[in-house]
Amino acid sequence: MSSAIAAKTMTQTWQILCTRADLVPYSGVAAWVETPEGPAQVAIFYLPGQAQELYAIDHHDPFSNANVIARGIVGDLKGQPVVASPIYKQHFRLEDGQCLEDESVRLRTWKVSFKGDEVWIEA
Amino acid sequence: MNTPAKPQLIVIGNGMVGHHMVERLVERGATEAFDILVFGEERHLAYDRVHLSDYFSGRDAQSLALCATDYYAEHGVQLRQREAVTAIHRDRQEVETPQGRYRYDRLVLATGSTPFVPPIPGNDRDNCLVYRTLDDLDAIRAAAASATTGVVVGGGLLGLEAANALRGLNLDTAVVEFAPRLMPMQVDNEGGELLREKIEALGVQVLTGRATQEIVDGEASRHRMVFQDEKVLETDLIVFSAGIRPRDELARDSGLEIGERGGVVIDDHCLTSDPTILAIGEVALWNNSIFGLVAPGYQMAKVAAATLLEGNEAFKGADMSTKLKLMGVDVGSIGDAHGDRTPGARQFRFLDPLKQQYRKLVVSSDGKRLVGAMLVGDNSYYDTLLQYYANRIELPEDPAALILPAGSEAAPALGPDALPETATICSCHNVTKADVCSAIDGGAVDLGAVKGATKASTGCGGCAALLKTLVDHELESRGVEVDKSICEHFAHTRQELYDIVRVEGIKTFSELMEKHGSKVGHSLGCDICKPAVASILASCFNEPITDAAHIPLQDTNDTFMANMQKNGTYSVVPRIAGGEITPDKLVVLGQVAQKYNLYTKVTGGQRIDLFGARLEDLPAIWGELIEAGFETGHAYGKSTRTVKSCVGSTWCRYGVQDSVGMAIQLENRYKGLRAPHKLKFAVSGCTRECAEAQSKDVGVIATENGWNLYVCGNGGMRPRHAELFATDLSDEELFRTIDRFLMFYIRTADRLQRTSIWRESLEGGLDYLKQVILEDSLGIGEELERQMQAVVDTYECEWANAISDPEKLKRFRSFVNDARPDPDIIYTTERGQLRPA
Ligand code: SRM
Ligand SMILES: Cc1cc2nc3c(=O)[nH]c(=O)nc-3n(C[C@H](O)[C@H](O)[C@H](O)COP(=O)(O)OP(=O)(O)OC[C@H]3O[C@@H](n4cnc5c(N)ncnc54)[C@H](O)[C@@H]3O)c2cc1C
Ligand code: SF4
Ligand code: FES
Repeated sequence: MSSAIAAKTMTQTWQILCTRADLVPYSGVAAWVETPEGPAQVAIFYLPGQAQELYAIDHHDPFSNANVIARGIVGDLKGQPVVASPIYKQHFRLEDGQCLEDESVRLRTWKVSFKGDEVWIEA
Repeated sequence: MNTPAKPQLIVIGNGMVGHHMVERLVERGATEAFDILVFGEERHLAYDRVHLSDYFSGRDAQSLALCATDYYAEHGVQLRQREAVTAIHRDRQEVETPQGRYRYDRLVLATGSTPFVPPIPGNDRDNCLVYRTLDDLDAIRAAAASATTGVVVGGGLLGLEAANALRGLNLDTAVVEFAPRLMPMQVDNEGGELLREKIEALGVQVLTGRATQEIVDGEASRHRMVFQDEKVLETDLIVFSAGIRPRDELARDSGLEIGERGGVVIDDHCLTSDPTILAIGEVALWNNSIFGLVAPGYQMAKVAAATLLEGNEAFKGADMSTKLKLMGVDVGSIGDAHGDRTPGARQFRFLDPLKQQYRKLVVSSDGKRLVGAMLVGDNSYYDTLLQYYANRIELPEDPAALILPAGSEAAPALGPDALPETATICSCHNVTKADVCSAIDGGAVDLGAVKGATKASTGCGGCAALLKTLVDHELESRGVEVDKSICEHFAHTRQELYDIVRVEGIKTFSELMEKHGSKVGHSLGCDICKPAVASILASCFNEPITDAAHIPLQDTNDTFMANMQKNGTYSVVPRIAGGEITPDKLVVLGQVAQKYNLYTKVTGGQRIDLFGARLEDLPAIWGELIEAGFETGHAYGKSTRTVKSCVGSTWCRYGVQDSVGMAIQLENRYKGLRAPHKLKFAVSGCTRECAEAQSKDVGVIATENGWNLYVCGNGGMRPRHAELFATDLSDEELFRTIDRFLMFYIRTADRLQRTSIWRESLEGGLDYLKQVILEDSLGIGEELERQMQAVVDTYECEWANAISDPEKLKRFRSFVNDARPDPDIIYTTERGQLRPA
């Protein structure tokens, strides 16, 4: 069930995604992003005040096949920031998309950062 | 790939014992060693025959089932229901059924027994039935519909149970017993006499010392039974319950060794005279005995599983002591209750003709050991006596004290300390005190965990009280610091967090984390503590859950105030208090559903659910609904759901109060209340109970004088009837009692604990709850009422709150950078409505 990890190709570019005001503190929102493989749905989590404030991870939940990850609860388990799928509650590490309940499943992740009040993503 | 075929294990009979063996096999990984195929002649998956009679008092086949429907499939065990084995061909190692022949390497007979029908001419007439299977009970129920009288032939344990069932079906009931007294196996003449008095007082006629000669056409009723003395008894329906006979035909026909009076002969390893074949349960004859109880059957099942897996366990016989309640009458029998199997035994007896109690002790000739006991009328003595008997504990100086009424010089009940390590606690699963202790030492920290680890108390349930006492005692004596932390972020229970929030007036998760979090990692919390704290904050302060401080805490359903479906869409359930809705509002629901193309269904909670709404459509849908006067139904929250009602006195010819009016009042009072789990209510207008109030967390049933209140029921996975809590309450008393009850639940329950489970784990049980709520024993009654009133006063429809706030509405965009809907949500149609593809 593992999703492919996006190949790092030369065609990856930084693009603007949305603004800080679109984000929900300590929770997620979904956005569309253009990747070399085509359009993808991405979940953006915003953790103000944390060492890393922004994470971008696949919005697609491989266990339910629904696009819902942005609607999960954000938390930390043993010190690692995670999101729990809102459907069947598996946890995915925000850092690298690894599913904690199933070693063979890992979600795609992207680099994101603020430029002023804009949110940029490398995809 | 070419995997060698596994040996074939065939089990004949999917009854209690056969099923138990399959479970033991699965547990021990036998599905790796065998292909297992089970034949069951009955229509139903193995069910709890011990509680068969509950079928007449409301339980259905499913709730009596011994496992989940998919248990067999899940563990790769093949189950062929409604397929009876008709022959065993030992020469070819095959069994035969009407559908085919199947080869076996090992075979287990678990065919149980059949009720014995005495060879009386006329015993095969219509409406002459037996009492063994669910189908038998269906037949009895059907026959009773056109009958006014019923007779049970046989006054033993099962006969009396059958008689009680007939009585429950509103038949004039009689019991005919061949022996001179009832329950001849368990009680003596004195006990039998007492039993007769008690049972006759219940309106059941008892005829002992009667042998039926024939059954012929009756004059006033369908049948006439003619006795040896020419006396006759007329009746419409007859149930035979004159003992059981092992179902050993298959074994007999295939030449296995059979006992003189029936039963497949087995050795200590449950092997029959053909070592490829085993027999267990009521069909098996061990040491010339048939065991007609489930506990010895379970022990055989365990031994047989070991034998099949080349383990070495032995069946060593079993104790036939029993404790029952027949038609409300306690009867207990331990060991050699008649004292006729122990040379030199001495007897002590106690008879109280007023209280109708009889107790007898049979003591060894040296007066040191208990060899048997008999109880009629009060079984509270049973547990202690059984321990003296089973564990050969030395009797006190004056054994008579053990059967004297409590309060006299009675010897105290045996404490858990007095039990030896080898004491059997649960005979169904053969669990000893040592097993319980080692489960605790192995990490089982509460009753549930001990049950899980040892299976104790998951059979007939008779040992539940003893097990709990023992577990509590053992935990205490180990000074167990039980870790009840809700999760890694807080070293507190939900109840402690609730108290902290209340006492310190903490209003946000971040404040709680800062002051009381266990400061691990990033302190973000997790999907356990965040929703739990969100619920506590809502119960205490009732701020909108979509406020910025609370929104990241909520489960997705609460975040979007709708239930997420499997394809990521949501359902919309407006409140329809008490199930009452005007035609105008009904039309609006239809229009909204049409406009947004929503699948529409009437729910089990008397309201209407609109499914398949896209996230981005939710605000518009709710806008239209609120416009038309609807408000949120909280179908998504752990909160008040519905108050179901019947039509009540306004329309119904039986109603004694306005149940709809009360349901609406209750729903409006408690709507929006968030709790550890969802809350369901119902109000019925009279005892016919059309609203099913007794299956709700809060059930209200109208009486001539007011309302009866029932609490802590639920349907769902493990149904539990609500218990009568208070009677004949006025409207005000009703509200006050429910206020206190619910707030006390919210204050003390664990996360996601329904009222039923909470009630079951409440120390002191229903009595304690009554003291706290009705007698205000803790002096918190007013405080609880005040807290509830605060929730009632701050109610606000959270959907109305959200759609008036553009910031909150931003949350309902599918994508922050694109208005495109999610293209992966695809529908198809079925029966004229859409559904997820
Ligand atoms: C819609 C409905 C079925 C229907 O079409 O009739 C329904 C649907 C769901 N039920 Fe139910 N239950 C519905 C009545 C019931 C009833 C009957 C009743 O209330 O009279 C019961 C048994 C009674 C009880 O709760 O005691 C019932 C026992 C459950 C349970 C088991 C609860 C338990 O304690 O064992 C769950 C699971 C849970 O809550 O954890 C559940 C959970 C669910 C969920 C929320 C499952 C989920 O998480 O997706 C379903 C989502 C509905 C949705 O998306 O809108 N539903 N559910 C009923 C909605 C009633 C309403 O108007 O609000
Ligand atoms: C009303 C009632 C109350 C009872 N109360 C108690 C009690 O309080 N305490 C207690 O300990 N015991 C009690 N018992 C007894 C207890 O139910 C039995 O001891 C237990 O069910 C025996 O289990 P078993 O598997 O041997 O037989 P059963 O549970 O009868 O299972 C045998 C199964 O094998 C099937 N079968 C038979 N032949 C074939 C075939 N050729 N092919 C396929 N399938 C076949 C039968 O249809 C049946 O389903 C009670 C019994 C009854 C009827
Ligand atoms: S519970 Fe009583 S009042 Fe209500 S509908 Fe049924 S019969 Fe009528
Ligand atoms: S004795 Fe039957 S469950 Fe324990």
